[in-house]
Amino acid sequence: MDLLSLSAVELGKAIREGSTTAVEATEAVLARIEAVEDRFHCYVTVDRAGALDKARIVQRKIEEGQLNGPLAGVPMAVKDNLCTAGMRTTCGSRMLDAFVPGYTAEAVENLERAGAVLIGKTNMDEFAMGSTTETSFYGPTLNPCSPGHVPGGSSGGSAAAVAAGECFFALGSDTGGSIRQPASHCGVVGLKPTFGTVSRYGLVAYGSSLEQAGPLGRTVEDCAAVLEAMSGGETGQRRKDSTLVSREDMDFTSALRPEVKNLRIGIPRDYFGEGLDRRVKEAVLGAAEVFRKNGALVEEFDLGFTEYAVPAYYVIASAEASSNLGRFDGVKYGFRAEQARDLQQMYRQTRSRGFGTEVKRRILLGSFVLSAGYYDACYLKALRARAMIKTAFDRAFERYDCILGPVAPTAAPRVGEGLSDPVRMYLGDIYTVSANLAGLPGICVPCGTDGCGLPVGLQLVAACFQEKKLLRSAYAYECLKGAGKCPEEKNP
Amino acid sequence: MCEGNEGSKAAEKAVEGYEAVIGLEVHVELATRTKIFCGCSTAFGGRPNAHTCPVCTGMPGALPVLNRKVLEYAVAVGLAANCTITRFSRFDRKNYFYPDNPQSYQISQLYLPICRDGYIEIELERELPSGGESDSAEETFPAEKSWNSAQKRIRIHEIHMEEDAGKLTHDEQGGCTLVDYNRAGVPLIEIVTQPDMGSAREVVAFLEKLRLIIRYLGAGDCRLQEGSMRVDVNLSVRPRGAREMGTRTEMKNLGSFHGIEMAIESERNRQTAILESGGAVIQETRRWDEEKGISHPMRSKEEARDYRYFPEPDLVPVVIGEDYLERIRAAQPEMAWEKRQRFLEEYPIPEYDIRIITASRRMSDIFEAAVVLGSPPKKVSNWLMGETLRLLKEKGQDSEEIRFSPENLAKLIALVENRVISTTVAKEVFAVLFEEDMDPVEYVEKNELKTAGNQVILRRVAEEVIASNHKSAEDYRGGKDRALGYLVGQVMKALKGKADPVQVKEQLKELL
Repeated sequence: MDLLSLSAVELGKAIREGSTTAVEATEAVLARIEAVEDRFHCYVTVDRAGALDKARIVQRKIEEGQLNGPLAGVPMAVKDNLCTAGMRTTCGSRMLDAFVPGYTAEAVENLERAGAVLIGKTNMDEFAMGSTTETSFYGPTLNPCSPGHVPGGSSGGSAAAVAAGECFFALGSDTGGSIRQPASHCGVVGLKPTFGTVSRYGLVAYGSSLEQAGPLGRTVEDCAAVLEAMSGGETGQRRKDSTLVSREDMDFTSALRPEVKNLRIGIPRDYFGEGLDRRVKEAVLGAAEVFRKNGALVEEFDLGFTEYAVPAYYVIASAEASSNLGRFDGVKYGFRAEQARDLQQMYRQTRSRGFGTEVKRRILLGSFVLSAGYYDACYLKALRARAMIKTAFDRAFERYDCILGPVAPTAAPRVGEGLSDPVRMYLGDIYTVSANLAGLPGICVPCGTDGCGLPVGLQLVAACFQEKKLLRSAYAYECLKGAGKCPEEKNP
Repeated sequence: MCEGNEGSKAAEKAVEGYEAVIGLEVHVELATRTKIFCGCSTAFGGRPNAHTCPVCTGMPGALPVLNRKVLEYAVAVGLAANCTITRFSRFDRKNYFYPDNPQSYQISQLYLPICRDGYIEIELERELPSGGESDSAEETFPAEKSWNSAQKRIRIHEIHMEEDAGKLTHDEQGGCTLVDYNRAGVPLIEIVTQPDMGSAREVVAFLEKLRLIIRYLGAGDCRLQEGSMRVDVNLSVRPRGAREMGTRTEMKNLGSFHGIEMAIESERNRQTAILESGGAVIQETRRWDEEKGISHPMRSKEEARDYRYFPEPDLVPVVIGEDYLERIRAAQPEMAWEKRQRFLEEYPIPEYDIRIITASRRMSDIFEAAVVLGSPPKKVSNWLMGETLRLLKEKGQDSEEIRFSPENLAKLIALVENRVISTTVAKEVFAVLFEEDMDPVEYVEKNELKTAGNQVILRRVAEEVIASNHKSAEDYRGGKDRALGYLVGQVMKALKGKADPVQVKEQLKELL
């Protein structure tokens, strides 16, 4: 059996049925990493020995009947901004190069409790700031579908690891599109949950009010199963994230039925104007056609306020980042510049050398918009824009179950292309940031290629807490269309 | 110690022409068991960083969760201070870099503080008690029997919740600075007043009243020396009767009521002298040096930091419903001034005693419970006002920490009333009761402390004393009353104090 051709859920089933084991699956993934990691550089850290040890323990528990969930024994990769006790957590930054946390992110803990086997930590844009995974202190990750291109970002390592078969599923984090956009560029499925669904405890904060950890996988079903396992807090335990919402409807896999009849889908005209690549537009509208042909009600509408999304997002995310990243001051942990004469110099040198350019740019931007005299003009205005955007979506969801659109204006850019012009890079987030500003769940499903062999993803967004609707729509599309696999995987 | 208080006559005269305008910012540590945003203990002491976790040391990815008890205390204090409780309140981040601040921001409340627009009535004696003051002024009351007082209303601008910072220790030998985060995340409320006070006397009266309220609520112990109450004084002066406010300064590092009084006098004199000489007061923060009795500038307005406040995204807004408010309101205890009024009506003991007793919730509770158990009110009051206060002072303890129960105090009082033990013995027993709260009846039994109420023993000892002090007996018979006192003393000595002197006297008279 070619284990690597299975989805996470299929592998879990095979392990439960005894046709393979957690150890065999882990060995297969480690062998794959051995074979291709040099080419793609998906990981910052791979814990071979630890993964095999865990796989053995999990396998025993499966055999003893203590573990029987869909993900028991399935190898996973975790983005390097989710804390893992005893395993270094770098956030792709020199600042945390040697940082080994003593605690595990609650979402990761939930998955480990369900028997998922942690293989290692994936590469990312430094502190999740970037759209290409090129701002990492550890060098860029390359797109497994076409190594001359970036995998997208910031969860580029996670998306690439899934695409390259270096894990069965991965966790990413999405502050402004950081799960959906790399999923689109690498031809995998990526889901950003409703704000408050997944505990942020242990997710190193960038834009606190915007971000959620979420799954990247080969299929919609995998993502549903992973989200189901990672959501919420541990029952009976002290709450660790105040913004976590108590939800009863987190049996996401139960929603997976290939039905689109009477599904109401809205296509925002605002998303199909200037700046959108023609091939991407064709692929996305082609997907809309699949829905229409199978009985969904598909219509165009005007969403509104689209032009405010990117500026509002960069003001709010940077403001929060400037505060969140203040703790990296060289006093308690992480990088510290030695030989400073006094405290002020120690702060200055530590932060000047510990952070990369993009991080510094956003800290400066964020400090500026929060400073006296600019707070009202920038930050408060951005909050108002955020409220308006949320209202626009609320209105849209009175008429539609899902909103369909592109994930990114183009397929994956070439390596080195994006970083030269930050504003252009920021504008590339236009279709994804609104879901973060409004707290909405969004999913990226592969829907074709750009004509040069690079994958293109389709984005579906639903109202808050409507993950089931979202997953059902995505699942139905996947079934009706046939899962879009990565070109590299088709011809190994 | 307080040379800064001295001034020439001319300066004193100048001071007369100006009035001080004073507002306060008071930080009070709340008496919760755990910290404001994590489950770590708030206990004092402990190895450095023993009471810490990822949350209160600002580790990456750690998140705060509000301790409900903190909110409860803050609302209770707000209600007692006649504040409007903010129904939709929120936390904000105050950003600044300093090693005692592990996250590089303090979680506080700027935009929507939990309480607003309240007031506290203070009482001012019309005449100042004369005489010097001691350092323990914090625990004592002016020994004035008549309370010719006036009320003044001090408005509260707001009360907000926030977290405390860690502590830096400079290791001179190692040439480095060490950080202890045990205090980081300890809950505080900050009470900000309007500039409604005009003198050190009013400031102290306000702080005493505030402390009384908070202690009654059990929300904090408010000890200045230990830092569980911290006071910053905002002060400006203006020509007496002027409408416009002068430029103010903020005084920090005030460690005692005495220090606060001195600092206010000193700052008022300093500002007055500046204005008198035609200068202008600089808006700045100053640091009080209690040793030297003077203050130094810390930073001016120009150097003031920009804290880049913004709403804390990791905490959900605090929404307070009518039910919640009603529950806190219903749980508010009878306050000191209400209790005092009721005691005045219900108990035949001096107003002075009532004032002292009602200043402590624990003492009031003991008083009432003992009276219910049948002790005469004046006797209970005497024990509280006398031995209890003496021992508290001697041991440096707080009246809220009194360990003995009203039941056992009532038993002790009964033992004396029934003449089972003498008052001398009672004091000894009380000293043990104060420490251990044991059953006095059992204790007296076990240690054979009963007054020799047994007339046979008393009679025998009295006979022996008369026999061996023949001269004194003769003197008494010859009309020298003083001799009887000596004989009583001898009997008491023989009985090791376990006798009631009145009974001894009677017995001796009879025999003589």
